[in-house]
Amino acid sequence: MSDQLSRVFAALADPTRRDMVARLTSGDATVGELAAPYDVSVQAVSKHLKVLEEAGLVSRGRDAQRRPAHLEAEVFDLMTKWIERYRREAEERYRRLDDVLAELNQTNEDDRLQEGTAS
Amino acid sequence: MSTTTHRAEATIEAVPDLPVIRIVREFAATTQQLFRAHTDPDLYARWVGPASVSTTIDHWDARDGGSFRFRNHRGEEEFAFRGCFHTVRSRLIVQTFTWEGMPDDVALETLVFEDLGGGRSRLVVQSLCDSMEGRDAWLASGMEVGVDEGYAALDGLLADGAV
Repeated sequence: MSDQLSRVFAALADPTRRDMVARLTSGDATVGELAAPYDVSVQAVSKHLKVLEEAGLVSRGRDAQRRPAHLEAEVFDLMTKWIERYRREAEERYRRLDDVLAELNQTNEDDRLQEGTAS
Repeated sequence: MSTTTHRAEATIEAVPDLPVIRIVREFAATTQQLFRAHTDPDLYARWVGPASVSTTIDHWDARDGGSFRFRNHRGEEEFAFRGCFHTVRSRLIVQTFTWEGMPDDVALETLVFEDLGGGRSRLVVQSLCDSMEGRDAWLASGMEVGVDEGYAALDGLLADGAV
């Protein structure tokens, strides 16, 4: 697993951080705005935000006063690609299963034909 | 998060808030045939591993309370998996699944075979992992392994006109 992806998944393993990311999908927000729904300190939210930032999921605005957090959508695309890769592997596996099943179908067909000639 | 392409292809869903991976795939086969391909060790060994590995079944007892162990190997590398068959019925298999490299991480897998009529069936596989981290580790497994040879296998199938 690439370092960035492991950081992304580690960052998203925490429910509060997943919530914060969900909140950021609807627009940029300041630390104070992000902290409002939770029973935690602004400092704790800041810490969570730092983890998201280090994972590349979130960037911070330049405005020194507010520094709004912004969700980096491309990183999400990366995750989608990752899951797509897993899906493709499953698909490869099931194509091999298709072949096995086709053979079972053929065997049934052969049995039927053989029974036909025997009778 | 889910991706869907062609209708016949496998779809996958990784539920964001639950340590679950769900895969759905349709087959041109009866539920009985799907069941056989999942419970007959010789058939299972032919399709379960990535294209580049061979599969050896060490132990296989596909019935309620039974268990299994198999190894995938490629050159010097070997990966062993094992689990317990909890329920083995014609349309349903409930089993545990563990990679022996992380023996304490156990996934609970529910496999359902649905009859679609006309000789077609739908397979629904749900894997419930014991943590989000465990789920993500499963998703990540095989990331370096299998991707290239997966495409190669697909190329082969395309070349044969099998796809």
